Amino acid sequence: MASSAKMLMMEIQRTIKYDADRVKGFGQEVMKVPGCEQLEGCIQCGTCSGVCPLSIYMDYTPRQVMALTRADFKNEVLKSHTIWLCASCYACTVECPREIRITDIMYELKQRAIQEGFYPKRFPIPVLAREFSEMVKKNGRITEMLLVMKLFLKTNPLAALGNWRMGIDLMKTGRFSLATEKIKQRGDIARMLDATDAKKGA
Amino acid sequence: MKYSYFPGCSLKGLGRAYEESLLPVMKHLGVELEELEDWNCCGATAYMAVDEAKACVLAARNLALAEKRGDMPIMAPCAACYLVLNKTKHYFHDYPAMKETMDRALGAVGLRYSGDTPVRHPLDVLINDVGLEAIKQKVRKPLKGLKVATYYGCQLVRPYATFDDQYNPTTMDRLLEALGATIVRYPLKTKCCGGSLTGTVPEAGIRMVYILLNEAKKRGADCLATVCPLCQFNLDAYHAQVTSQYGSVLVPTVYFTQLMGLAFGLAEGGLGLNRAAIPFKWRPAAAESPKPVAA
Amino acid sequence: MNTNVNNGEIRIGFYICHCGHNIAAMVDCPEVAKYVEKLPGVVLSRDYKYMCSDPGQELIQKDIQEFKLNRVVVASCSPLLHEHTFRGAVEAGGLNPFFFHMVNIREHDSWVHTDRQEATEKAKALACAAIARVAFHRALEVKKVPIHPDVLVVGGGIAGIHAALTLANAGKKVFLVEREPSIGGHMAKFDKTFPTLDCAACILTPKMSEVGSHENITLWSYSEVTKVDGYVGNFTVTVKRNPRYINEDLCTGCQECISNCVYKEPKFLDEFNEGLGKRKPVYIPFPQATPQVVLIDPEVCLNFKRGVLTDKCKKTCVEACGEKKAIDFKQKEEMKEIKVGTIIVATGFQAFDAKRIPQYGYGTFPNVYTALEVERLVNASGPTGGDVILRDGKHPKAIGIIHCVGSRDKKTNRWCSRVCCMYSLKLAHLLKEHTEAEIFNFYIDMRTPGKSYEEFYDKLLEESVQFIRGRVGEVTDWAMTPEEEGKLVIRVEDTLAGFVRRIPVDMVVLSTGLEPQADAQAVRRLFNMSCGSEGFFLERHPKLAPVNTFTDGIYLAGACQGPRDIPDTVAQAGAAAAEALVLIDTGYIEQEPNTAYVLEEECSGCKSCIPLCPYTAITFDEAKEKAVINEALCKGCGTCVASCPSGSIAQRLFEDDEIFSEIRGVLAH
Repeated sequence: MASSAKMLMMEIQRTIKYDADRVKGFGQEVMKVPGCEQLEGCIQCGTCSGVCPLSIYMDYTPRQVMALTRADFKNEVLKSHTIWLCASCYACTVECPREIRITDIMYELKQRAIQEGFYPKRFPIPVLAREFSEMVKKNGRITEMLLVMKLFLKTNPLAALGNWRMGIDLMKTGRFSLATEKIKQRGDIARMLDATDAKKGA
Repeated sequence: MKYSYFPGCSLKGLGRAYEESLLPVMKHLGVELEELEDWNCCGATAYMAVDEAKACVLAARNLALAEKRGDMPIMAPCAACYLVLNKTKHYFHDYPAMKETMDRALGAVGLRYSGDTPVRHPLDVLINDVGLEAIKQKVRKPLKGLKVATYYGCQLVRPYATFDDQYNPTTMDRLLEALGATIVRYPLKTKCCGGSLTGTVPEAGIRMVYILLNEAKKRGADCLATVCPLCQFNLDAYHAQVTSQYGSVLVPTVYFTQLMGLAFGLAEGGLGLNRAAIPFKWRPAAAESPKPVAA
Repeated sequence: MNTNVNNGEIRIGFYICHCGHNIAAMVDCPEVAKYVEKLPGVVLSRDYKYMCSDPGQELIQKDIQEFKLNRVVVASCSPLLHEHTFRGAVEAGGLNPFFFHMVNIREHDSWVHTDRQEATEKAKALACAAIARVAFHRALEVKKVPIHPDVLVVGGGIAGIHAALTLANAGKKVFLVEREPSIGGHMAKFDKTFPTLDCAACILTPKMSEVGSHENITLWSYSEVTKVDGYVGNFTVTVKRNPRYINEDLCTGCQECISNCVYKEPKFLDEFNEGLGKRKPVYIPFPQATPQVVLIDPEVCLNFKRGVLTDKCKKTCVEACGEKKAIDFKQKEEMKEIKVGTIIVATGFQAFDAKRIPQYGYGTFPNVYTALEVERLVNASGPTGGDVILRDGKHPKAIGIIHCVGSRDKKTNRWCSRVCCMYSLKLAHLLKEHTEAEIFNFYIDMRTPGKSYEEFYDKLLEESVQFIRGRVGEVTDWAMTPEEEGKLVIRVEDTLAGFVRRIPVDMVVLSTGLEPQADAQAVRRLFNMSCGSEGFFLERHPKLAPVNTFTDGIYLAGACQGPRDIPDTVAQAGAAAAEALVLIDTGYIEQEPNTAYVLEEECSGCKSCIPLCPYTAITFDEAKEKAVINEALCKGCGTCVASCPSGSIAQRLFEDDEIFSEIRGVLAH
């Protein structure tokens, strides 16, 4: 009845995963990447989450992401915050008793999420990755300040203003350089990267 | 001793103080560095997030270029570059499919990588090739009384601990002790600084920086010594955000090469010490009389 | 060459077994039987459903007599399974059992094929080869090797003790050799044992005492086996007795020498108490040591300098010993040689060295302990008298027990050490009894496989011990909150609750796993045994022969074969004793006559074969200048046969004509 519905202050959600929620074969695909076969042997001990400095910020801990990946829950994994919060510090990889290359699996998941567009439009981390790769392809090197500015412009321009003090510091200490770093054989980079694509799925 | 010097994008940008202090220190020790001609970005962690094969190919170009120059190992001061180059070398040897991709991409621009060029870090070169004895000989202004918290970060020791212990690295500790400094016990010496998260997810990144600075301050360190330009940037340039969220924990962060330069009595202006946002004001006492030249 | 042949005519009986569906599903047995019927020498060729059954065996016996067969071939399963059965049937039929040959068309054919035609063709080829070979078989006799009735038990832990007592009570003479100054092994260090919480010393010392006083047991403690020669039933073993500088027969264990030592206070790290306590240069390992005899450590005793006698000490100990005159500084190591028929190896395990996992802080933080250290701490006769007081003098208010240290980890030891979950529960209970601390157990899986073990876990749950399912990544002294200052912080993902936790504790206990002893490789070579890939001694068959090794006459008992708890160790020790008794009471062992032999006239005395024998079965007769093979040691591996440059070594059951005919048989098909 309407009045009791209004009194209800908690928003409940029904969470149950059906078999249809799995994307069968996803786990096997991820495990085909070199170094990721060990995921089959995961005993869910939780060491990875225990040593991960970022696990306390993640919606799914690294251990949960491993379980979800192996169980083919592609959507949950690629939509998670976890894969973006991974700082690639490799603490999990060196501690894992099954020698699972967790950091490399995280990279693989990041790549898939970017390829399949599984992130909100202005989410800074994939935007950074994309801008980085485009700058490298074009110039062969990155110019950090230019990259940072591009990142802010494309995601959250106002935040750039919030960092004005840092900007001043960098200018005062001569680290604020906008001069584009380039290599001589720029065409080589593009040629190499295209050749990498040429025979994918070998 | 001759090495192909691979600065990486950061040492030409935000991390220029690292290069500014590394080059004179190496020269002073008689280590010849030749900047790798037309080196390209190694890809660092960002490119790995886009495409692993391409990231390896980018790094491999540098390895191939170094090989072309002859029998010199590559020296990569930036920890991220060091990791990526090592990783690429491992992938080349361990995964035939990856090797094939690298061969193909390099071949498209007339380059070849045989898998042999050693990838070294300046710390490795200093401890193992130059040796602590030779370094001690060059000390003119011992860093007596300076309490340093050595901070190695992640990428230098994980996942490939090629020249130091993975859990308790001590190369930098031994080096700085040889210069006369006191090393304070710092349990967070290999704890991640947050990498690029300080910029992209500040709620997490800034706190990780705060934790490192706070513990260093608690342990009584006068400064933190780093090996990675991104670590130095995070620990140094975000002081305003850290202070506004957590209160002041200003501990200056320097590159270990800057401390070496000071100890050797090299020209201060050339060590990039003025590049830091949190100024490092400590200086060693007056120069000692020059030590007798070793026979 | 051929013997037992009627009129020189070879009469072969061939049987192909269906083995139910195992063979018949892939191989067309009637077709093979029909094919073989036509081969030279074959008198009859049958196919049958189950050859190994009683009717099957009787069929062979009947046929031998009725058809005057002088060779029998059975094509069925693996010889490892039923060669013995069929040889018996052949012998019962009146024929020398070595005129029988067995062909494996199950494991070698039916089970590895998916095409019926291919499988049948292969069966025909194999049968053809066997028919060709068996014609060349000679009559052979099994050799009987006598068994010396004495037994050597190596290792005086609970396994060795139980095996020794079982054999001694059966009337056999036992030599028990133990490396440490006292028997008792690791069990003597435990406080209470799971799941009954029996006091380890209370249940162990009566057995130790029985060993010490048993008339059939010669106990040599502080001794090591240095050489093993010989073969099953006839081992010659050299035992080195290390000098205690005490005459064992004269010492009464009064310990006056210890009280009167020039060292007024104990100064040296006590091995028995895991380095937590101190002892003097003259000491007894623990109060209930057997033999109840003291010993002197020459490395620290003032009468020695770095182990060499200087005789510069006042020797108040000698004075205190008085009339007994048991102290003998001039004692030297003694080599003893004994003859035994069987050997039981019960050398036990070593605990994983916690320093190999620096993240847990052992050796860095004073209040991180291993499980064995805690056993000594809570023990009433330990260095603190049962008071759980930490290295820095504190009494812990919170204790973290970390399971699986060194185990289940590809980087250290891959296996599960089987007992750590149980002893971690036990330690949690004991620590709860001895302290007021809050106790946390950090585990991956709770493994409670034995009788009453799960109920023991229930008991611990009822004692309000906190169980957190999560493998600990790090123990650190970095404090994030005021309550963490000065504590050891355990950061772990509580996987069941679903979040990461930081738990400050005063004491960390590492449940270290079990691994092979450091000298396992050297020991296994001494006894001619194998080790598994993990380094534990290898049993002959993991299910059906867990106490036998591949060397006849040598048996295994206890944790040297794999991690195990006390009930299983005692059971295994009894089993090893029983296996030894089989040999001893039978009095002899039958040897498979597939031994190599030297054709003396052709041997040139080049000695190439001698170093090649893995069983050291070949010696050189200096007088005759010929190689001599000891048939009892020979295992028929064939190495010497293949290596002899002049072809003067042959092997029974694998003669050249037998092998070549078999090859020709396969090719002929």
